[in-house]
Amino acid sequence: MSQELIDDVVGREYEYGFVSDIDQELIAKGLSPDVIHFISNKKEEPEWMLEWRLKAYEQWLRMKHPHWSNVHFPPVDFQEIIYWAAPKKKPTLNSLDEVDPELLNTFKKLGIPLDEQKQLAGVAVDAVLDSVSVKTTFQKALAEKGVIFSSMSDAIKNHPDLVRKYLGSVVPVTDNFYAALNSAVFSDGSFVYVPKGVRCPMELSTYFRINAKNTGQFERTLIIADEGSYVSYLEGCTAPQRDENQLHAAVVELVAHAHAEIKYSTVQNWFPGDKDGNGGVYNFVTKRGLCEGAKSKISWTQVETGSAITWKYPSVVLKGDESVGEFYSVAVTANYQQADTGTKMTHIGKNTRSRIVSKGISAGKSQNSYRGLVRFNSKADNSRNYSQCDSLLIGDQCGAHTFPYLETANPTCTVEHEATTSKIGEDILFYCNQRGLDTEKAVALIVNGYAKEVLNNLPMEFAVEAQKLLAISLEGSVG
Amino acid sequence: MKPLLIIDQLRAGIEGREILKGISLTVNPGEVHAIMGPNGSGKSTLASVLSGRSEYEVISGSVTYNGEDLLEKAPEERAQAGVFQAFQYPVEIPGVSTANFVRTSLNAIRAARGEEPLDPSAFLMRMKERMALVELDPSFLQRSLNEGFSGGEKKRNEIFQMAMLEPTLAILDETDSGLDIDALRIVANGVNALRTPNNAMVVITHYQRLLNYIVPDVVHVLMDGQLVLSGNKDLALELEAKGYDWLRNDGVVA
Repeated sequence: MSQELIDDVVGREYEYGFVSDIDQELIAKGLSPDVIHFISNKKEEPEWMLEWRLKAYEQWLRMKHPHWSNVHFPPVDFQEIIYWAAPKKKPTLNSLDEVDPELLNTFKKLGIPLDEQKQLAGVAVDAVLDSVSVKTTFQKALAEKGVIFSSMSDAIKNHPDLVRKYLGSVVPVTDNFYAALNSAVFSDGSFVYVPKGVRCPMELSTYFRINAKNTGQFERTLIIADEGSYVSYLEGCTAPQRDENQLHAAVVELVAHAHAEIKYSTVQNWFPGDKDGNGGVYNFVTKRGLCEGAKSKISWTQVETGSAITWKYPSVVLKGDESVGEFYSVAVTANYQQADTGTKMTHIGKNTRSRIVSKGISAGKSQNSYRGLVRFNSKADNSRNYSQCDSLLIGDQCGAHTFPYLETANPTCTVEHEATTSKIGEDILFYCNQRGLDTEKAVALIVNGYAKEVLNNLPMEFAVEAQKLLAISLEGSVG
Repeated sequence: MKPLLIIDQLRAGIEGREILKGISLTVNPGEVHAIMGPNGSGKSTLASVLSGRSEYEVISGSVTYNGEDLLEKAPEERAQAGVFQAFQYPVEIPGVSTANFVRTSLNAIRAARGEEPLDPSAFLMRMKERMALVELDPSFLQRSLNEGFSGGEKKRNEIFQMAMLEPTLAILDETDSGLDIDALRIVANGVNALRTPNNAMVVITHYQRLLNYIVPDVVHVLMDGQLVLSGNKDLALELEAKGYDWLRNDGVVA
């Protein structure tokens, strides 16, 4: 593909780059025990939570920034980040009337109306702006089934026993540098508990938005599916267009008890930076699920189109016998974006199964890496993994890399690994042109076909959105 | 009658190398023109220039289609205006079903003409009917475009798409290459069923045998980038018997 075609990427626009003029409460830049005290105090947290945070902070101080990934960026100055930003007018949960209209407008612009009447049928939403959850919908309907869906802050207050029991149980505080940082300063996020035998009656969704300048977003999500329950959860993310890089370091923990199933879907569209690689979100996230009980199942589906740098590996620990872990991913990089993403499947129980389907799409001058670890422990008799890692290249200045790791301590396990690399060549584009499709339409058609196996795993309403998003992300990447 | 296609003194090439050295050809509605010639004579270049492949550059001359300058249009605009090329080597598109591809294509062409998308049931009917025309099983509709198709199935899929899109000018680029006699008959039957007084076809082929089934109104011989001889269908038979060398030896080509 010729240089001028690649240069045409200029046309690409980020639709969610606006900044909302909301009356904000911010603290000064920088991180110290005082800041942690402040956050904990703001959130009216119990003493144990503050202790937990401070311990994490101490651990974090002793840790070094990791350098093993295939992404490159200048060192992050953690004293230049603001760790708390919140809309001044804190809405009550029962009434939208008290919410700053500008804030409602923000979510409306994002296509996330918080008015329950106007929502997508059957989807409950928790909306998180910068550091706090502003509104969680459908709580009453969910409560009738015993399902708890609330902001993390509320859960710490209202369900301390559950939070204490599970927080940090899947991703320990010291798991990694950014998990430790998150544990110290996390501000809000979503909490879900689905009781025994309950099938959650609607899709649950959290919408994350970074608005304030120089602010990091550190959300914490915890989902617990008790025995025999089912829940499907979706997160979406956007951020304003800003020149500087913004840090997003979240932790997501999932626990599935015996016979329970959690389906976790992500449509990540943080600001990716401009065409020259300025600005954009650093998306450094730790996501892990624990298949605690027998025959439990955790399925991650992610569509990653945003962020300047994406660095994350939604993983599953298959502890229960016959438990199942799945990872379906489409990661798109264009312009100067970098992604190092994949998964870890750790087989501990007998007859456990995992399935990995990763589709990387690289355009422009971007770098896209798949990194995956499949580990069979000594007791994981007769466990199986299937991995498929495909890379699609658009143009000749981007890169696709695959780093599969396999560790096996049990000879009865089976692994299958398939990998392909293909290119959207002139031949295919011309064929589509000759059938009346312009190049943009052709790329959208080809890419959606390529990603179909992953998109099919998204809840219906979001699959359509994700399809459009893929097309928009690659707009202008070929001429 | 107003000609559908007028090629006038067309010179074109690739990477600075001239391949077509002044071609003139007029095609009227309802006509089938066969273009025959040995390997490397410029047959596929002609097809590519007509459908607008960007690697090929036009040096001089003109191509008028339906009274408009064809060479000015982007490839997709030519398709939207009714120009169809059946490819010698159709591409595979994984994950995009044949049905989805054809629907996207047809609706894009309709949209460019200001027409509404075909409603799904009418579209399905039309697909089944036209699949039958080229004796392809409807199960192919749900399979990824050309993925895992045999050579013959790919060519039949080209004619199926042509049947769906109903072009005004169809260019068949060596559609017969690699086909056994049964597949050849099926492809030819499909093409013949699509002949109308309003459309025209340019059939590019190396061998005469396709022309037993698709009977051309005019046969042209392309050698070294020039049309050296034109005649009726009997010319094809003569070429089959004598080969192309006598034309060279005759000194027709300098």
